Amino acid sequence: MKQPAILLEELNISYGPTRIVHGVDLAIDEGESFALVGESGSGKTTILKAIAGLAPDWTGTISVLGRRRGHRPDRAFARDCQMVFQDPYGSLHPRKTVDDCLSEPLLVHGLKERDRRVKDALDAVGLDQRFRFRYPHQLSGGQRQRVAIARALMLTPKVMLLDEPTSALDVSVQAEILNLLKKLRREQGLTYMMVTHNLPVVSFLCDRLAVMRHGRIVEVADVSDLKSGTLEHSYSRELFIASGGEPAA
Amino acid sequence: MAVTYRDWLLDDSPSSRLQAGLGRSYRVSMALARNPLAVAGALIILTLILMAAFAPWIAPYSATGQDLTNRLMPPSAQHWMGTDELGRDIFSRIIHGSRITLMIVTMVALISAPIGLVVGAVSGYFGGSTDRIMMGLTDIFLSMPKLILALAFVAALGPGIENAIIAIAITAWPVYARIARAETMTFRDAEFIAAVQLQGASSTRIILRHVLPLCASSTIVRVTLDMAGIILTAAGLGFLGLGAQPPLPEWGAMISRGRNFILDQWWVATMPGFAIILVSLGFCFLGDGLRDVLDPKQENKQ
Amino acid sequence: MTRPLLEIENLTVTFPTAQGPIEVVRNVSFTLGRERLGIVGESGSGKSMTGRSILKLIRPPGRVTADRMVFDGIDLAAQSDRQMRHLRGARISMIMQDPKFSLNPVMTVGAQIGEALQTHRPMARSELQARVLAMLEAVRIDGPERVAGLYPHQISGGMGQRVMIAMMLIPEPDLLIADEPTSALDVSVQAQVLDIIEELVSGKGMGLILISHDLNLVARYCDRILVMNSGEVVEECVASELANATHPYTRGLLAAMPRMNEDREELPVLDRSSWATGAGT
Repeated sequence: MKQPAILLEELNISYGPTRIVHGVDLAIDEGESFALVGESGSGKTTILKAIAGLAPDWTGTISVLGRRRGHRPDRAFARDCQMVFQDPYGSLHPRKTVDDCLSEPLLVHGLKERDRRVKDALDAVGLDQRFRFRYPHQLSGGQRQRVAIARALMLTPKVMLLDEPTSALDVSVQAEILNLLKKLRREQGLTYMMVTHNLPVVSFLCDRLAVMRHGRIVEVADVSDLKSGTLEHSYSRELFIASGGEPAA
Repeated sequence: MAVTYRDWLLDDSPSSRLQAGLGRSYRVSMALARNPLAVAGALIILTLILMAAFAPWIAPYSATGQDLTNRLMPPSAQHWMGTDELGRDIFSRIIHGSRITLMIVTMVALISAPIGLVVGAVSGYFGGSTDRIMMGLTDIFLSMPKLILALAFVAALGPGIENAIIAIAITAWPVYARIARAETMTFRDAEFIAAVQLQGASSTRIILRHVLPLCASSTIVRVTLDMAGIILTAAGLGFLGLGAQPPLPEWGAMISRGRNFILDQWWVATMPGFAIILVSLGFCFLGDGLRDVLDPKQENKQ
Repeated sequence: MTRPLLEIENLTVTFPTAQGPIEVVRNVSFTLGRERLGIVGESGSGKSMTGRSILKLIRPPGRVTADRMVFDGIDLAAQSDRQMRHLRGARISMIMQDPKFSLNPVMTVGAQIGEALQTHRPMARSELQARVLAMLEAVRIDGPERVAGLYPHQISGGMGQRVMIAMMLIPEPDLLIADEPTSALDVSVQAQVLDIIEELVSGKGMGLILISHDLNLVARYCDRILVMNSGEVVEECVASELANATHPYTRGLLAAMPRMNEDREELPVLDRSSWATGAGT
């Protein structure tokens, strides 16, 4: 049997005294694009952070590519799994050039051929080489998000965690980034776990989705159910209609 | 040629790390050059540095050579700032004294700023009990009056410039630690820090390469503004006889010696006083200018 | 025929920069009756600046010029700051994006709403209290007595935005400008808030300018739409006719949006070169 790329078992996550996520079980196959949808406060981003090691206060099991995950970020894990953040304005160091930003993971892991790898990464995300030595304030929001994606790809991970990667972008830029994410997944055989509140984006980019509410998963469905408007849980339907979906007759 | 050089610096798409870095420095210096007070400050500091570097060539007389026949002469063509009670040329002493002042200021900055930065950044980055312990320590130092603490240290270590420098540095770092900590707290949870954590970078690496560069500019500004205070503290120690020892031409010590003659031979104490005021002002102007330029909020507007 | 509520002709907003002045809004003209007008555009399109310049909220060094800027027979350009303060709130109101930054954290919700009314129309305390509670009820807040005594940090984002609406509408203005009123809210709450705005606006026969980046949302809640791009209005159409928009920019925006039932392998990307007039990054 094929092992899942991400496996969550009985996952409970707390921030201080309050428990945010309650008993989540989830298995995401390798090569799959999976969406976690829900409204603010539903705990979807918290799950992503726990997998990444940024929300250390959890119990249960998190396995990535068959390996049990610790509670903190670590070097070996970094090669398998990377994350793209929501806000392209906050996720790049304001005093570092694009080149510094992309070289950093290579330096941390002592990888050779930095020059070539940085050039390749820029090509892969569709950024011209002339952006290589620019500072973030010389880039637009969409260009910054491309840099953030390139940074996540530097260590050639298999699993990518995407935290609302397009919600801070304009519609036309969102389309470019979504196309890019789709292309990268096809070319590099990536597994995506994406958090979003935007159902049409899920419809474009994902294979399956889980709907979350109050820290629990209420429904796991195939994206075809989303497209045809046949989600089962009443809350999922509520979200569907609020997002402008036409319910199936 | 000058135009193409400027274009190269301001190129929107630099082709190397060096060009990008130089371009940024160029932009900062251009912004600084548009601020008249900052330029005035920079000129004063530059003069101080040149004076210190070329003191033996600039000074018309020796700093320590006595000439008892020419005691306490008022300012004249031979002695631009007059002479002191041992017939030494005050102008020459001030020029040589700039070396001492510059050395004190530089050494204090070099010792205290890094200590403060590291303590503050570590404290702010880790938070929790690390933060409480380190900030508790900082607060103890911060709660004591600067000059008194420096006095106590000099009294313990013995008078002399080196000890004065150590004493001032020990009293100066807590402020920088506070600033660096406050700054670190504002972006500790920022996503660009989380991103490096996810890449497996060690805490040491994150603090040194990602946190410190962001605290640096506000600390540089603060250090520059504090230079005036450092000079005054050093002068104060010198005035009390705990800093530089005679016959070294330290400005504070010179004022102290001139105190005896202040009513009849005003120039003996006044000239080094002017020098202190001028240099302090220079650092203040430069610091204010730097603050306007290095403020990250300003930078976004470029 | 009644005269229009708002007439704007050749509105231009200029900001000086190191590279020379930049026109963030360029020759925008429109008239507004007692209807709902949507202004759509991406960031930097000048849509918010248009809204703010109507209330003369553009601060120097920004400069606003217009051939004609008339609100209900009042020439806005000729109004002094003091006269504008009387207009703002009383006759023209504005709802901002995030209620967190628009509400005073140390005043209760009820007191803030009351103050909004009291400044423009002094009245007895008991009458004021009754009006505030009625208004809270009108924005569909359960238990208005309880909520009126709460502080802004004690209420959710959706409720905060409803409180803002109550505050803006209690002086019964003639024109409401809503600048991204729901962008900070969850989708399900968005609909509620917009429904409330719509109901109150059409119920009272007010004019509404809804500024948003979301084409679908504007199409759903407005009668007419202006599409803005780099400071200019590129398309003006009736909301129901949005699907038949002609300008390449509007068509590009519509196409670039993923749909709920998405079967395209790739989203069409805007080709800006065909019309853009050198918009910066």
